[in-house]
Amino acid sequence: MAESPGATEAVPALREQAVDALTRLQAELGDSIVEHDGAFGDVVVRVRRDAWRRSAQVCKEGLGCDYLSFIAGIDWMPTPAVVEEGSGDTSTPAQPKEQTYGVAGSDGRYQLLALVESTRRKSWRVILKTDLPDDDLHAESWVSLYPGADWHEREAWEMYGFVFDGHPSLRHLYLPSEFEGHPLRKDYPLLAREVKPWPGLVDVEPMPGEPGDGDDTTSTETTAIEAGESA
Amino acid sequence: MTTTDLPTPGELPEIAVDPAAFRHLADAQVNVELDTGDMVLNIGPQHPATHGTLRLVVRLDGERVVSADPIIGYMHRGYEKLTEFRTYPQITTLINRIDWLSSFANEVPFIQAAEHLMTIEAPPRAQYLRTILTELSRIATFLLFLGEMGLQVGAITPAFYGFRDREYVLNLIEAVTGGRFHPNFNRIGGIKDDLPWGWISECRAVMNKTLASCDEFDDLVVGNPIFQKRTRSIGIIPQELGAAYGVSGSNLRASGVDWDLRRDGPKYLVYDELDWRVWTHPDGDSFSRYWVRLQETRESARMVLQMLDQMPSGPLMAKVPRIIKVPEGEVFVNTENPLGEMGYYVISKGATGPFRTKIRSASFSNVSILPWVLRGVYVPDIVTILASLYFILGDIDR
Repeated sequence: MAESPGATEAVPALREQAVDALTRLQAELGDSIVEHDGAFGDVVVRVRRDAWRRSAQVCKEGLGCDYLSFIAGIDWMPTPAVVEEGSGDTSTPAQPKEQTYGVAGSDGRYQLLALVESTRRKSWRVILKTDLPDDDLHAESWVSLYPGADWHEREAWEMYGFVFDGHPSLRHLYLPSEFEGHPLRKDYPLLAREVKPWPGLVDVEPMPGEPGDGDDTTSTETTAIEAGESA
Repeated sequence: MTTTDLPTPGELPEIAVDPAAFRHLADAQVNVELDTGDMVLNIGPQHPATHGTLRLVVRLDGERVVSADPIIGYMHRGYEKLTEFRTYPQITTLINRIDWLSSFANEVPFIQAAEHLMTIEAPPRAQYLRTILTELSRIATFLLFLGEMGLQVGAITPAFYGFRDREYVLNLIEAVTGGRFHPNFNRIGGIKDDLPWGWISECRAVMNKTLASCDEFDDLVVGNPIFQKRTRSIGIIPQELGAAYGVSGSNLRASGVDWDLRRDGPKYLVYDELDWRVWTHPDGDSFSRYWVRLQETRESARMVLQMLDQMPSGPLMAKVPRIIKVPEGEVFVNTENPLGEMGYYVISKGATGPFRTKIRSASFSNVSILPWVLRGVYVPDIVTILASLYFILGDIDR
């Protein structure tokens, strides 16, 4: 623990166990590993797509990662802006507009992310990533290795449209079965935010003398308040 | 009871015959063997034993479950999408509502993920307060479970005791944070406020009361022969299978897996400064899940008592900029929440809000094992197994 507030201990990119795990993964998987990096102590390994299931097998049988934490997707497309620049609305974060990739890189827009842990060794966990090309969002299913992958893969299927070969039944998990679209893709709009401004903004009353203070030149939000109060 | 052979969806038979023409056949059937086809039973979404809107579609052969399919998503609020359009301080408000029984414990891993990315650390007193409040929410959550579980097997008294004792703990949380359920008390870099005057002695009294009520539950529920008959060797989760399903927390420890992120994960909060132990039970059945949670409630109360004695003084906040911008990077932080492993994989691109947040919630994985566990059990045991897994719908659906 830090002696004084704000002081930090430097977190190593890879903790001791992660270095060990990485060495053993490299020995088993060889050139199936495209890239690897550290994320605040944890090892992030990006594998080739055809080695997705085999890397899980190595983790489970070779490294003793018997516990599946989660499988998820990432869409690296920049978040579309919902607030106009310079509008003064700081309620929504302005994300960078160019496409950049995270730890251990990526080849394209879609990526699969998974984390496996060991229940027998301390802090023993591996983060796995693999790239899925835009025109062929297929990956091998992990269900036969980790039965818990069933629901995670169904979630990734409905949220991103990833298809898992060998999954017993890819059907909707959260959403109604007639739902169309993949909500966690970045190009799927968050409609609630686009049709209605952030409600917190409505509460900000203009200061006297500021634009928007006039009687007839009020903004739509202020009008909405007045209408609501008189109703 | 009548049993009907329901067709599976998609292959409904065409009904084009006059039933009267077959009446003599129906009469004849009375004397032959009764039809024992499977029956489909819908439990939920509004069944009182399901703690919310979990729907179970079970296929029954007589009183036995042939297959069970949990249908989730009735409470899906799309938090992972929402986090991409909110700033970090706004998100803590959202994640309070994931597992609403232990909201404070939900905030901790997310706040820590942001702190890791910003390379700041909360001062010692804030760490202690966080740990105390996390353990208090664990006690509150478990006390409710200890009572509720009795209710599910037909004993109403423990439920009243559970709610009564939880109220003392909730009062403590409310006195510090101002909120009984949704404290939203964590700040990036520390904690909002210090303890109110007289709180420490109050807390000490409540913890002693909690220890006494744990003994009460021990007598009233654990030692009860009916309770034992209803829960022993029911709903067994084997070690390896539980881990492969991602079952975590007390549910996995009740299967004999000696794994607790407070001790075995990367260091967080002040658990390494306390004297405590991890409880496991080798059986893996509903009873052992109850037993492990009972022991963990005691252990948490003892931990809180220790922390009250050794809490350091000092500032509550690290130096944090007024507008929080989190540097580019990725981090995964998971903590041992009352319901199991709660983790956030946060990807930041240097903005005031995360680019992507994967919320790994405990109940989601804990419940995903239901199709396996429920196969072959009797209908009344479904309820006790559901109760002993102890899930929160908001934690499944996010």
